[in-house]
Amino acid sequence: MSELTGRSAAELAAMVRSGDVSAVEVTDAHLERIAALDGDVRSFLCLGPEPAREAAARVDAARARGEALGPLAGVPVAVKDMFCTVDLPTTCGSRILDGWRPPYDATVVSRLRAAGAIVIGKTNLDEFAMGSSTENSGFFPTANPWDLGRVPGGSSGGSAAAVAARFAPLALGTDTGGSIRQPAALCGVVGLRPTYGRVSRYGIVAYASSLDQAGPFATTVADTALLLEAMWGHDPRDSTSIPSAPEPLLASLENGVAGLRIGVVEELTDVDGIQPDVRAAVDSARALLEKAGAEVDTVSVPSVEYGLSAYYIIAPAEASSNLARYDGVRYGLRVPAPEVEAMNASTREAGFGAEVKRRIMLGTYALSAGYYDAYYGQAQRVRTLIIRDFARAYERFDALLAPTSPTTAFELGARTSDPLAMYLSDVCTIPTNLTGACAVSVPAGLDAAGLPIGVQVLAPALGEAVLLRAARCLEAGFNFTARPPLGRPEVAA
Amino acid sequence: MSNPLTRADVEHVARLARLALSDAEIEQFATQLGAILEHAARVAALDTADVPPTSHPIPLANVLRPDEPAPCLDRDVVLSMAPAAEDGRFRVPRILGEER
Repeated sequence: MSELTGRSAAELAAMVRSGDVSAVEVTDAHLERIAALDGDVRSFLCLGPEPAREAAARVDAARARGEALGPLAGVPVAVKDMFCTVDLPTTCGSRILDGWRPPYDATVVSRLRAAGAIVIGKTNLDEFAMGSSTENSGFFPTANPWDLGRVPGGSSGGSAAAVAARFAPLALGTDTGGSIRQPAALCGVVGLRPTYGRVSRYGIVAYASSLDQAGPFATTVADTALLLEAMWGHDPRDSTSIPSAPEPLLASLENGVAGLRIGVVEELTDVDGIQPDVRAAVDSARALLEKAGAEVDTVSVPSVEYGLSAYYIIAPAEASSNLARYDGVRYGLRVPAPEVEAMNASTREAGFGAEVKRRIMLGTYALSAGYYDAYYGQAQRVRTLIIRDFARAYERFDALLAPTSPTTAFELGARTSDPLAMYLSDVCTIPTNLTGACAVSVPAGLDAAGLPIGVQVLAPALGEAVLLRAARCLEAGFNFTARPPLGRPEVAA
Repeated sequence: MSNPLTRADVEHVARLARLALSDAEIEQFATQLGAILEHAARVAALDTADVPPTSHPIPLANVLRPDEPAPCLDRDVVLSMAPAAEDGRFRVPRILGEER
């Protein structure tokens, strides 16, 4: 394989800026690696070699004219197929949007293009981001590059797998209940869910609007900061966008954790069904942070026990409302029928997969007359309890530590027949979505089966700088250099 | 074990959600939704009498902008995405069942 793949985004941007390599060469090297190896992984729903090479050629031309290049000049980025892109179809992994071409770019995509990044393709996902394994894609499942018989996690499984497989140094995901952090953990890469309102949702297809937030995937903590700095900040086109300017991240990345107070969340570390290797990784992370000078103690956040239940009312309720727009009228699929209501119902029946229907049904039920207060109203009050519990924890601590996922990657098909077992994959990530705060998953080694483990650092809203300092400390401590065995011949034991 | 919803419950919700479910799906959802709702009912049992609901994690209210004309999406571009359009409008099948 080319020696241009497998390098960090920061390295590639520096090489393009200095003229050591052209953006077109970088793009071609990654497209070649995808062509050679993505047949096994299937991380991409569609590739855009032509628009990618054109964008790369524009970066090279700008450099030749002596113009200043952006921070991501010539760096390939894989984009989860929830983000609108004018030059590539946007399907959300759903048959109902098969072939749909949006009339505009998501704000995040525009910002990355302006920073010089090269959008190389759209990655696979659970349909409308509903799932934890990418098996709910309306098109095909994606495999975990570490073990092709296992899931990459989800819903942003294609993005996590693409970065793990070094098809692109960076990728975009969305995280409504853990959909960036959980696949990052299962694929051995870094994934960060920013504070709600920090990253514009304009042009990102809505799933659960009070929980959705876009964020970066990368192989290093520094690249994660680099991508986040390029994508976040206020956007007048998103009324939930936070108006204040975000603080710089790269500048404080190496400030260390000396004096930081970090709490290990008991309820998440001792969660039902936690794999012993994962539990041990949290203990190792604790030791690394202590060794680097942090003050670490355990903390109880009792209401997180109700997070999963509250989430699986609130998210489907919001989804049932957001997905009402797919009615066969303005875009996407239409199944003809003589009357409009039958056309709507037949279109939705044909276009949506089982999990999307399940969540629409669940949400519609939870919002229907007679049940609204018992389910939706009560879940919103529990959300308040969880927010209060975390606020109490953050009186004593600057950041919190927890597993990202209770287990490492599970086998394809293992949880598809039991929706509740699948939902339990999200138990450690959901609290951050309910509270609107931020969290990052960092690789913490391999389990006994050679599968990546992730540990999670959580911080209060707007705490991304602290989050990344702690993540950088863990990255240095764990020194995770293993790569997926993809494309290498099997070594006999 | 959970209380499955009745077929009639599932059919009612499917109608509200505009989903033309198959018989097999109705059976399956009656069982699965019952199990998920039972898990969710754990929150229903909590005493939250004095707790206000959170509908949005960040307290931003009444975000306003100046009311100034600005370019928006081109009508032909928007209509070109539709399954059917006619005379500058979306075209849909008959809306009122009794008309003929």
